[in-house]
Amino acid sequence: MAAGIRDKVAIIGMGCSKFGERWDAGPDDLMVEAYLEAMGEAGIEASQLDAAWFSTHIDEIGTGKGGTPLSLALRLPNIAVTRVENFCASGSEAFRGAVYAVAAGAADIALAVGVEKLKDTGYGGLPTGNMGTLIPQTSPNGSAPGNFAQLASAYRTKHGVTKEDLKRAIAHVSVKSHANGSKNPKAHLRNVVTEEIVMNAPMIAEPLGLFDCCGVSDGAAAAIVTTPEIAASLGHKGLVTVKALQLSVSNGLESQHNSWDGSYFHTARIAAKKAYKEAGVEKPREEISMIEVHDCFSITELVTMEDLFISEEGKGWSDVLDGFYDADGKMPCQIDGGLKCFGHPIGASGLRMLYEMYLQLKGRAGDRQLANPKLGLTHNLGGSPSTNVCSVAIIGQQGA
Amino acid sequence: MVGITGYGGYVPRLRLQRAAAAKANAWLNPGLMGKSKGERAMANWDEDAITMAVEASRDALGPDDDRSRVKALYFGTTTAAFTDRLNAGIVQAALTLEPQTACFDISGTQRAGLSALSSALAAVRGGLKGEALAATGERRKARAASGQEMDGGDAGAAILVGDKDVLAEHIGSAVTTTDFVDHFRGAGEEFDYAWEERWIRDEGFAKIVPPVIKAALADAKIEASAVDVFILPTTFKGVAESVAKKAGLKPEAVKDQLGAQIGDSGAAHALVLLSHALETAKAGQVIVVAQFGQGCEAHVFKTTAKIESWKPERGVSGWLADGKPETNYMKWLVFNGLVDWEKGMRAEKDNKTALTTLYRNNDMILGLVGGRCTETGTVQFPRTRISVNPNNAAVDTQVPYKFADKPASILSWSADNLTYAMSPPNHYGMMVFEGGGRIFMDITDVDPGDVDSGTPVRMVFRVKEWDERRGFTRYFWKAQPDKRRIASVKQAAE
Repeated sequence: MAAGIRDKVAIIGMGCSKFGERWDAGPDDLMVEAYLEAMGEAGIEASQLDAAWFSTHIDEIGTGKGGTPLSLALRLPNIAVTRVENFCASGSEAFRGAVYAVAAGAADIALAVGVEKLKDTGYGGLPTGNMGTLIPQTSPNGSAPGNFAQLASAYRTKHGVTKEDLKRAIAHVSVKSHANGSKNPKAHLRNVVTEEIVMNAPMIAEPLGLFDCCGVSDGAAAAIVTTPEIAASLGHKGLVTVKALQLSVSNGLESQHNSWDGSYFHTARIAAKKAYKEAGVEKPREEISMIEVHDCFSITELVTMEDLFISEEGKGWSDVLDGFYDADGKMPCQIDGGLKCFGHPIGASGLRMLYEMYLQLKGRAGDRQLANPKLGLTHNLGGSPSTNVCSVAIIGQQGA
Repeated sequence: MVGITGYGGYVPRLRLQRAAAAKANAWLNPGLMGKSKGERAMANWDEDAITMAVEASRDALGPDDDRSRVKALYFGTTTAAFTDRLNAGIVQAALTLEPQTACFDISGTQRAGLSALSSALAAVRGGLKGEALAATGERRKARAASGQEMDGGDAGAAILVGDKDVLAEHIGSAVTTTDFVDHFRGAGEEFDYAWEERWIRDEGFAKIVPPVIKAALADAKIEASAVDVFILPTTFKGVAESVAKKAGLKPEAVKDQLGAQIGDSGAAHALVLLSHALETAKAGQVIVVAQFGQGCEAHVFKTTAKIESWKPERGVSGWLADGKPETNYMKWLVFNGLVDWEKGMRAEKDNKTALTTLYRNNDMILGLVGGRCTETGTVQFPRTRISVNPNNAAVDTQVPYKFADKPASILSWSADNLTYAMSPPNHYGMMVFEGGGRIFMDITDVDPGDVDSGTPVRMVFRVKEWDERRGFTRYFWKAQPDKRRIASVKQAAE
């Protein structure tokens, strides 16, 4: 394995727009909001940026294609802007581009911005994506909740969990995230919900009810990265550095080979293993301080606890019910409210997760601040359980 | 000896209860209450003439991969999806018949189903080196609150014709063509325009059909009294009986129309009834099958000893036993495009089909053909240049592998209320096949609570979606709960 990215790149500024139904703002406004916050904190001028990576997923309703939307919105000084797209993990992809450019020495300071304007569709939920000319001729007539709900039936069968127990466990996932999100002024959904409300909500795709699904929101997030040396020279102290950046992409095994049982994410397990190795983490359940995972649906979060090797296989659901992942649990998960409360402006989500980890590591998370976190992990997933891209990133205190 | 070498049928699972339809519409047309008995076969939203003909043909052909014995296919229907695209070619592709199979659409009259059989018989008599398949299917379309809506039925049938291992020898036939317009459907029109029933009965059936029956019997050198089964599709009460009498046939020979179970499946109905009659036929019986429409056509068959041992996969009676009563008349209207309902913005998705892509992947999409690695034996869908086998990504080792008739079961599933669906909630999931391979696909003919992980399923060829802007029908395969295997699993558990 390559030497890896550990401690080679520092984050010197992050920004995040208010997420929500931003009827007042277009994608350009959202990008500016996140960018100005990040730049303010980094304490640099636009002329100091060498390159930018820009993530957005659904160009039809958002910014359109290419790197120009970012450059135009931010009036960047004609630097390189690369648009990246990797399903719902696009935001992590933008971060990877910026970090790798700095690590390679190709850029001293690089910018990553992710945005999605979902609320210009005219209806709730995600718009149906463009899948090329072949896949629509055979793939089922489905939706994101229906695709992710597949996990539940396979998980129940594999681990002998009853429908009722699993429904209650995934309900707790959402109850916990709403409790966290209620404390976050940038979250879209800030209401506290009870298990009863979650379990009795209208069914979207069996067994996922309304509250098992993340919100649908507009939002943007940004990061500015540089080398630890340049960061120090700019006067930044108590640096947060990148410990690991891994991405694993399906190759058809899950969807075409009978070795996959449908109850977990094959890619997440691969990305997690590589990320722990890159970050020098040996016992994630003890060493990782907090996690932000891709809780597009409650069942996704539940199985991810096992895929990240934090819960034992088949024990994720009982760890959830035991409060292990609650704000006051051993491993706080979605301390900002997660996709559940932020919603999922696709191109922004990966960076939004990193934003919360960064705030926590900097001790600036306000009411949500955890005691002395050292390492934060983000898990950002795109696609569906049987065909996906999975990013696992770890950031932490320099030297941790 | 030329004759029938196999037969099959298909009746869709849903059965519209006529009483429910009559009750919904009696305020408009009180006369409908007179037609409120029994049920009619109702195609699911994703079934049409082509899919029903495919299902009936599979019923006749059985699950064997090798169908090279079929050298010609005649598809008879008046409700095919395309006016200018060989509909029989879609049937051929779905059945994975050889490309060398000669395929023909036969249409334009209610006797198109029987004409397909005539053509198959003529082909074999003309020296076809193999068997000919006559396939038919009809999805009747009638205006809401019409009598045709009550009388019609959706179904399919298939008859294999050959000169070896004959189940019923073809011993005579006759035909007459006359431009008697009992009803018509102009090009591009959705609905029939029909003339007075009494005229059709008295000037049509009563005068046109009996001479043809007599001529066919003369051709067969068979006495009228020797006929054991007489098939003449008609929705007019007593007409088949009076024709039989005029032709000198025994009254008990007249085959029941299955009107109370299926309804009149139009161009398909003669072969549906023939297929049904063959299921219970004994050796040495004489069967006369006729169909009316701009004249009449009749054929005489004599069963051989083989008729009693040969059985179709399910047969018309097998499908009849699998029915699900449907009392929701509104569902009928929606499934048949008879009401403009609110589909929501998700239905605005453009379903334009790239015909280049369809052609490149023709056996995959229409035939459900994947690949098998000749090096490792790994079976996969779709077939690709590089094998999916995680331990051996062999290159260019795959040969075509047919999935359509392999038993499968559900690995994972959901019932989706969010996506746009003609019959929500839309069920779909990962199907795993015995012998290897898996496909993430729609599940059809299913109600909430019907399926779970492990439920056995079979593959069915269905309409995937329509491109309404361009008038294109897209087909693919779906999983259907396999009632026979579900029942045997249940039995084993008990």
